[in-house]
Amino acid sequence: MTTRTVAALALAGLLAAPAWAEDAEERLLVNDEIEITLRAPAPEHLDGALPEIVSGWVYRSPETQDLQRDDFDNPGILYVDQAREVWNAALGSEGKSCASCHDDPESMRGVRPVYPKWDEAKGELQSLEMQINECLTDQMGAEAWGWDSDDMKNMTALLASVSRGMPIDVAIDGPVQDIWERGREMYYTRYGQLELSCASCHEQNYGNLIRADHLSQGHTNGFPVYRFSTTALVSQHNRFRGCIRDTRAETFAIGSDDLLALELYVASRGNGLSVEGPAVRH
Amino acid sequence: MTRFALILALAAPLPVLAGEIGPHAVTYDEYGAIEEPLTDRPGDPEAGVVVMTTRGDGNCIACHRVAALEEYPFHGEVGPPLDGVAAYRSAAELRGIVANAKQMFPGTVMPAFYKSEGFTRPGDGFTGEAATEPLPPLLTAQQIEDVVAFLMTLTE
Ligand code: HEC
Ligand code: HEC
Repeated sequence: MTTRTVAALALAGLLAAPAWAEDAEERLLVNDEIEITLRAPAPEHLDGALPEIVSGWVYRSPETQDLQRDDFDNPGILYVDQAREVWNAALGSEGKSCASCHDDPESMRGVRPVYPKWDEAKGELQSLEMQINECLTDQMGAEAWGWDSDDMKNMTALLASVSRGMPIDVAIDGPVQDIWERGREMYYTRYGQLELSCASCHEQNYGNLIRADHLSQGHTNGFPVYRFSTTALVSQHNRFRGCIRDTRAETFAIGSDDLLALELYVASRGNGLSVEGPAVRH
Repeated sequence: MTRFALILALAAPLPVLAGEIGPHAVTYDEYGAIEEPLTDRPGDPEAGVVVMTTRGDGNCIACHRVAALEEYPFHGEVGPPLDGVAAYRSAAELRGIVANAKQMFPGTVMPAFYKSEGFTRPGDGFTGEAATEPLPPLLTAQQIEDVVAFLMTLTE
């Protein structure tokens, strides 16, 4: 065997290596223009709990990964397009559309990375869903959308998509500190008859197989995600509920203060990873 | 009085079959092993395979690789491979680990399969709804013995 064939074989072996393995070639450049940060230094507030933070994309199969490289292949973009139409539609008694106040959806770049975020006027932590509903009811005279309704998931997907590539950057101090601490406590609580915490799976076992699934670090930067298992967009709270239910526990309600606190804490673990939504998952 | 009786009945421990040691009555030694079998019927290794590989039951292979169970798909990596486990563990140790691994490995991720209360937000199976303790343990006493009998066949 010549050295060249050996090298070629070695290279072929490398390329066939599983995607979650350390791989210098791993790169996600969406539409050949948006660079996604797949690995970032762990935020200081994690106190060394993770050596680095890694996007959930890294743990998916190459076939699933590829669907996120181009919007023509990403099934989630269909819903983004639906939301673009709603963006321009006059919805409530005021005869206003989102566009009446905000121009085009691209003007929302920079919004998704900082949510959930403290609303000074209302004195509460707001998720993107809550902010969207505030616009609908208070500005447009329209009905609020359900947290997990198609309209809501589509709109959060649109808002995510225009911020793709920007680093997640939620604030954890000041007025939200108590809520953040509640979220952290939930993250490490071993719920249900299986007595598993988020950390049992996503901090202690990321990279390992659990049944047929490769466990990721459970970040939320890709949400809402398009999931093949449900052939639909899935919200963060829905995902949390599913993970808690799988521990044979009593879950929390979608939109509850509990899941909102968890949303803030989990988002903060991903500070530094890129917004990827709508990401593609199985 | 009837209401009082009802409350008492609800709070009573789970019914235990004759010849079985219930989850409350199990004695672990200082290393977390259980010397005495939980039933007076010997474990059946073939029934143990079913428990090990069935999603609604022990589903042990979701976390553990077992070469002898290769024909069943999807072995996990959360726990150590169990090949050859009987070469370095006694039946008493294996019984203790399956019943409640936290006695031997404090803080382990492995669930306790023979425990009925002391959970945070216990649910009714995988429905997401609340359940009232004591819960039926994840495995019956006989299923634990069956799993132990199967694990004892893993000598290499
Ligand atoms: C029994 C194991 C287990 C537990 C406990 C668990 N999860 Fe998960 N989680 C999974 C699996 C499996 C997946 C799908 C594969 C993956 O992305 O890790 C997942 C996916 C996720 C995702 C999606 C990540 C992505 O990139 O799409 C998030 C977010 C998440 N989990 C958050 C949580 C939170 C928060 C908790 C605790 C409240 C939790 N999980 C508890 C097993 C678990
Ligand atoms: C959610 C994951 C999970 C499940 C499900 C699980 N285990 Fe484990 N198991 C572990 C982990 C993790 C360990 C390592 C103990 C530790 O934490 O140090 C372990 C350890 C063990 C050991 C000790 C091995 C040794 O080297 O001493 C045995 C035996 C065992 N498991 C058997 C089983 C059986 C049988 C079942 C099903 C009835 C099962 N496990 C289900 C995670 C799991």
